[in-house]
Amino acid sequence: MTVTEKPHIDTTLIPILERVSDPEIPVLSVLDLGVIREAVEENGLVKIKLTPTYSGCPAMDVMSDDLKAAFHKEGKTAEVSLVLSPAWTTDWISEKGKEKMEAYGIAAPLEASADKEVLLGEKRLVKCPQCGSTNTHLVSQFGSTACKALFQCDDCHEPFDYFKCLK
Amino acid sequence: MEQQHLYNYILGIADNNLILGQRLGELCGHGPNLETDIALTNIALDLFGQVRSYYQYAAQILGEGATEDDVAFLRKEREYRNVLLVEQPNTHFGYVIGRQFLFDVFHYLFIEQLQHSNDETLSAIAKKAIKEVSYHKRFSGDWIKRLGDGTKESQAKMQEAIDALWPYTQELFEMNAFEKEALENQVGVNLPELKEAYDEQVGQVLQEATLKIPENPYFHKGGKEGIHTEHMGYLLSDLQYMQRTYPNMNW
Repeated sequence: MTVTEKPHIDTTLIPILERVSDPEIPVLSVLDLGVIREAVEENGLVKIKLTPTYSGCPAMDVMSDDLKAAFHKEGKTAEVSLVLSPAWTTDWISEKGKEKMEAYGIAAPLEASADKEVLLGEKRLVKCPQCGSTNTHLVSQFGSTACKALFQCDDCHEPFDYFKCLK
Repeated sequence: MEQQHLYNYILGIADNNLILGQRLGELCGHGPNLETDIALTNIALDLFGQVRSYYQYAAQILGEGATEDDVAFLRKEREYRNVLLVEQPNTHFGYVIGRQFLFDVFHYLFIEQLQHSNDETLSAIAKKAIKEVSYHKRFSGDWIKRLGDGTKESQAKMQEAIDALWPYTQELFEMNAFEKEALENQVGVNLPELKEAYDEQVGQVLQEATLKIPENPYFHKGGKEGIHTEHMGYLLSDLQYMQRTYPNMNW
């Protein structure tokens, strides 16, 4: 299933949105993460539609507050509402975002079929963000946050997080 | 569909998430090892996230300033509509995994159908939740196989848990008045229709795990009508303590 709906974001608001980051992965902005589904300014009021990555992600409340604070700093009032549909997918993480994630030490999500193979332990495809080896294995399907699984590299032996594919 | 009936239908779905999430939350810091501890609390977090969406919707139907917290914390035992399976205690790790697996397989089949509800909010919640539940089902299914097809002791303990929990599974597929009305209005899911796929999927995993489904058990029910097992009162006293002690408290 592909979601073709592109988010409607006023270009004038982009510089402010870029300054708001994911509190759990601070190198990613809310735009990199693809959680902003709409951002428009109408009669001096900025209306933002935010979609959660995982239903229970506690970062959502923080992001919502951070968004309001960032706009307040620019003398604007922002109203943030949560939308569930269409449901967020890891496909919405930008390419730039995936690169930043890897540089930060988190392996970026693979395609859905490959993701299933690695989480079932059938194949070794996840690249270690430290040394680049794909000789890695799954330690636990659930990691430090709802969106990540725990892996370990069998070459450099470093443990690392893998951002699970969500489609 | 009449709003008050829709409210009750939503609670029937949501209360399963809340009560199972609470049971899993009890294990926070007490899991058998770090990975399972983190996994079980992650699953609890997903269930709580989903339940917030359901309760926010339910609170909106109630109106008059009701909030998700009122719906979650301020009802009496008889007003909770969860199935008996999810309130069963964490007797040992085999029970935790058995309860999770028997619920996850149902939960996945259920929200797969709820995605097609003509109620837009329920459909949106289901489309979000199904991605998360597929991970839960994989986790609990893997552990069933590991424990069942493990050592002599783990096999015996896993079988003991399945024997104790299986009698609570029939209730998942029985429909109360609200569920029937929701189905007639294309809001709800046809539960008896899920039974065949459920038996097949559960049977397949149990077989791989060298475990058996108990024969001719006496099936317990009543949760959907608010008649719970004795464990429920203890669970609620923990769950509701903060709101009862400090009414209207907030984070």
